[in-house]
Amino acid sequence: MKLMYFHLMPYMDLPEDFAEKHESVWVDVDSKLFDPRKAHHMYHDFISELEHADAVGFDAICVNEHHSNAYGMMPSPNLLASTLARSTKDAAICVMGNSLALYNPPTRVAEEFAMLDCLSGGRLIAGFPVGTPMDTCYAYGQNPSQLRQRYHEAHDLIMRTWTETEPFSFNGRFNQQRYVNPWPRPLQAPHPPVWIPGGGAVETWRWCADVDYVYAYLSYYGYLAGQATMRGFWEEMENLGKEPNPFRAAFLQFVGVAETEQEALDLYREPAEYFYNRSLKVSPKYVAPPGYMTEATLRARAQSQVAKLAGQTSGADAAGAGAAKIEGGGGPPSFEEMVEKGFVVIGSPDQVAEKLTTAIKDLHFGNLMVLLQYGNMKRDLATYNTDMFAKHVRPQIEGIFEDEWEHHWWPKPMPVAERATEDRS
Amino acid sequence: MSDSANSNGLKTSTVMVNGAEHRVWEKGSGKALGFLPGIGGRPKWLPLFDTLAEHHRVIVPSLPGFPGADPSHLSIDDNSDWVCACLDLIEQAGLSGADMIGACLGGSLLADVAAHSPASVGRLALIAPFGLYRNAEPLPDFFAQIFPEQKKLLCHRDGAFDKAFAAPEDSSDHSIDKEEWDILRYRGMEAAARYLWPFGDRGLEKRLHRVTQDTLLVWGKEDRIIPPSYAEAFAEGIAGTTQIELIDNAGHLADVDQPDAVAKVLLKYFNV
Repeated sequence: MKLMYFHLMPYMDLPEDFAEKHESVWVDVDSKLFDPRKAHHMYHDFISELEHADAVGFDAICVNEHHSNAYGMMPSPNLLASTLARSTKDAAICVMGNSLALYNPPTRVAEEFAMLDCLSGGRLIAGFPVGTPMDTCYAYGQNPSQLRQRYHEAHDLIMRTWTETEPFSFNGRFNQQRYVNPWPRPLQAPHPPVWIPGGGAVETWRWCADVDYVYAYLSYYGYLAGQATMRGFWEEMENLGKEPNPFRAAFLQFVGVAETEQEALDLYREPAEYFYNRSLKVSPKYVAPPGYMTEATLRARAQSQVAKLAGQTSGADAAGAGAAKIEGGGGPPSFEEMVEKGFVVIGSPDQVAEKLTTAIKDLHFGNLMVLLQYGNMKRDLATYNTDMFAKHVRPQIEGIFEDEWEHHWWPKPMPVAERATEDRS
Repeated sequence: MSDSANSNGLKTSTVMVNGAEHRVWEKGSGKALGFLPGIGGRPKWLPLFDTLAEHHRVIVPSLPGFPGADPSHLSIDDNSDWVCACLDLIEQAGLSGADMIGACLGGSLLADVAAHSPASVGRLALIAPFGLYRNAEPLPDFFAQIFPEQKKLLCHRDGAFDKAFAAPEDSSDHSIDKEEWDILRYRGMEAAARYLWPFGDRGLEKRLHRVTQDTLLVWGKEDRIIPPSYAEAFAEGIAGTTQIELIDNAGHLADVDQPDAVAKVLLKYFNV
């Protein structure tokens, strides 16, 4: 089992009446609410939290890309990954990831990821998301009907950039480059493992199987809501004749651990309510620009109950849709609902370990991305949550699948003894 | 190419553009008069077309990706591709040199066709065309709306949108069930987004001076997508003689909201 420490880097100071007074946390979020002096401290705390996760033995630390978004302050995850590549030693660095169609030319992704792979000594996981509609079509103005075509061309260009051994020319439909010759090149051969964060699109599942990438379902709605999507994923893998190796799937889960269940409920109520009631206030008008979802996915959903359910609960690319759905269903969820429906796994170490074991086995994923800081959770509580998880939950779940399956999609770094040390200068 | 005609004299044929099938409707006799539809396409033969067909041979081709056409919009990348697809459609539908009406995005495409290939079209009528975007008077983001809001933006008259854009029951092609119709409508919206995203501005302003055709500009007074003041901007930019007609109680899809009033100004213009 790989345990990965995920961070969204949320802006932690949205007003209490944000949901009533503001239409959206994303795209047209009120810029007057942003205080750069507060953000200065938030960034430093968040980086420290990720560094701490490495120190207490998480297998990976994860950053991600959002734009014009008050719950995700990482328009450039590569900037954060670069400082983490210096300050951490062991954890894999999972950039989850760069929305390929937003980089012009896309070889920029090949270059920066190669830099990160060199700098980290080969610890990089290269995440290639399409990106949400809010990020790509609205904040970055991409045409929703062209987004996936551009994404796939960018992917092909990046993979050629990493794998061709000679300079080459690329005469694509959307990108023309007479000279492609990256310098630096990635440390991992032939390239860092590629992971694809996605929602419940059947095409994404097929594609991940086809090119042998990890599929990461980044839902904010937890393991109970995620069942339909993950079931759909594994059914599709079976249809395609792929072995059910759980390490080809990753899943995101909010977690809150304390000594006792009551203590956990008391401690994590406020940050969970902040996240689900303020941070996830996304206007429904931004979640479905025409063409973002392909006709093939629409048809698959019309024909398959599993895919339909998956669509209703799909995560990363429809976080907003989910939020809108929740709002449409009679207001934002109460903390009790969040716990009951498994959005947040809350409890004592044993309770959390038990729920996570169930989730891991039911949904059959070998890479658990945990969010231990969320909403307006301050650094001391985030650190406590992280330590409790590392000390008391991790030992109970880290062995799952380890004897049965081999992880073919994990970074292969340089031996520690060969890596740069700070005093070597 | 296939042909069929129903009892009302409406002929349906298919032409190939970019290797994909596109439906062409035709009715009436006399001088050809083409119609390029806008957002949503025109899934049904409309009363407006019947009125026009009393005096003209009305020809309505489906644009790439819109109802009646295959999803060939997915092979269209830039403005030149759109203009070429329209030129192909115009030629194959037998509309070369004919008088033409273009509504909404069909209007900006038609203006661009005229700018690129003046001999391909005759006189023009543009009904609330896209194509210009003035920062001083910005257009609303049509796509960043939930569907009920989009309907209100498109049509002024209650129920006009639903009547024109419900699943076509008496389609001359074949019957379409609700689920399939939802997909075809989504496809049409994607095709519109492919052309319009994000502002509907494809640089037409730089080419309007090449539109030497006489042009009628028809605008719904209640257009909530493109304000009627844009008619003046088109009139200033177009080199040919222009004339503006504003339609009472009509929104952006003026031909759907007020077919009689729109037919009247169109017939007056083209029958001269």
